[in-house]
Amino acid sequence: MHARSKSWTRKLTPYLMLSPSYAFIVTLMAVPVGMGILYSFQNYMFFDPFNRAFIGLDNFSRILGDRTFWTAVRNTVVWTVVSLALQFILGMTLALLLNAGPFPGKPLYQALVFLPWAVPGFLIGMTWKWMFNAELGVISDILMRLHLISQPVGILSNPSTALLGVIAANVWFGVPFFAITLLAGLQSIPYELYEAGTIDGASSTGLFYHVTLPLLKPTIIVSTLLRFIWIANFPDLIYIMTEGGPAGASQTLATYIFATGYKSLNIGYSAALSVVLFLGLLVFAAVYMGITRFGREGA
Amino acid sequence: MIHRRPAWQRVGRGLGLLCFLVFALFPLYWMVLTSLKPTQELFSHNINYWPLNPSLQHYLGVLRRTSFPVYFRNSLLVAGITSLTVLVISIFGGYAIARFRFKGRQASLMILLATQMFPGVILVSPIFILFAKMHLLNTLVGLILIYVTLNIPFAVFLMRGYFESVPVEIEEAAHIDGCSRVAAIWRVLVPSLWPGLVATIVFVFTAAWSEMIFAIMFINSEGLKTVPVGLTMFVSKFNVDWGMMMAAATLALIPVAILFGFIQRYLVQGLTMGAVKG
Repeated sequence: MHARSKSWTRKLTPYLMLSPSYAFIVTLMAVPVGMGILYSFQNYMFFDPFNRAFIGLDNFSRILGDRTFWTAVRNTVVWTVVSLALQFILGMTLALLLNAGPFPGKPLYQALVFLPWAVPGFLIGMTWKWMFNAELGVISDILMRLHLISQPVGILSNPSTALLGVIAANVWFGVPFFAITLLAGLQSIPYELYEAGTIDGASSTGLFYHVTLPLLKPTIIVSTLLRFIWIANFPDLIYIMTEGGPAGASQTLATYIFATGYKSLNIGYSAALSVVLFLGLLVFAAVYMGITRFGREGA
Repeated sequence: MIHRRPAWQRVGRGLGLLCFLVFALFPLYWMVLTSLKPTQELFSHNINYWPLNPSLQHYLGVLRRTSFPVYFRNSLLVAGITSLTVLVISIFGGYAIARFRFKGRQASLMILLATQMFPGVILVSPIFILFAKMHLLNTLVGLILIYVTLNIPFAVFLMRGYFESVPVEIEEAAHIDGCSRVAAIWRVLVPSLWPGLVATIVFVFTAAWSEMIFAIMFINSEGLKTVPVGLTMFVSKFNVDWGMMMAAATLALIPVAILFGFIQRYLVQGLTMGAVKG
């Protein structure tokens, strides 16, 4: 009898331990997502609740013909892919530089060079917006001193460069994250593997391609996938710096969803846009995991 | 075995490291520099790269003429409570997934991953409507509940990795010594996982300190605004007063920078322990 009750508690323990996590996730994630999916099939304006009704797929068919949506899709792809690629390349370079051995003042160096990661998005947005200011901003000033431009330029107020401006700020913010994750991955590679490779006569490039990269692959796959999703879903920086402008030039799906929900208070349409973005990311994640064969070895 | 690299490689590495340092610090330098320049200098087209006439006028303005100290206190409260709550909850959640084989374990992992996938903005309107019914709109408790939820999945994921990095034997020894399971977690595992726990706390604190979208939507009262909301209002109110804004930004950065300075050496160590595993 005693043994039996003990195995009962043992069976229940993991569920009890996970229950607080699930209580939060179900109430404030699963339920709201379910509600959001319902709203996406409704005509739901916040200040016009009496005309609220199910309208089937009307929101979605409206999305297909919405030019702002298609611009936002294009911008989302550019914003996410370019930001991620630059963050990854620079982060990888920094991690390799740091992993190449000790140097005087390394702890302080790391604290400073990783600091952008700790800076809140709204501060990043404001600071870069100020630096990009056409007349009074430092970036315009530096470009003029370098004689790359002759007139002050407003990078964020010009439709052809606004997206590049917000990407620059995002790259600045994201490099430390990648450097930290990749450095952690690099440091978990056993040193003996490099020694063995060196004895076998491998060059340092050879070691990188045959030891470092294969062992780092799981870290790279997980961090690029998570980061891709986060960047695609990250409206804060763009909202602060350009509000998606000028004329939608830096509008991504995330900022468009926020604008339709928060400014126009068109909750139904905003929810439908969210569902589209979610499905897009889901498909992307599935394809990405399929291509990289991630998860085959079991999670 | 430390072999000396050729001189050109060491110089190249030094230059590379220097470039990254300048890239990382320049915007922060510019933020602090701007906050110290007197207003008329900010509107001069002759841009100085050095504080020629440093002045604290913007800081005094922020502290005396705005509710910034209140925003600051609210943000500390919200981020502090959020990070501690998430820590306790995710220790148990991560432990369960790391140490037990139970029905739904694999599903739990997939659910945690899936939560990272949907746009946070999809949650805003539904939670707004839920909170309106529960009278949680315009309260700090409401914000804390949201921030805890948003951070739990990733924290549980991290914790699970940390616990898996500790051999089961260490824990079993504690069981034999008569510790209950929960006591073993607190007395044996938590102390040895210290770097990972610190990394998690800082991660969550920073996320809660930075969150803007929910805070803008859900908080109206002046006395309940957090720093991000306070700053965005402050911008339009003063018609973009860059000096004041950068002073407020510098003040808002101080807590995270201090925290980060203390813990950064745990960060890489902590992530090495856990997050790397698929």
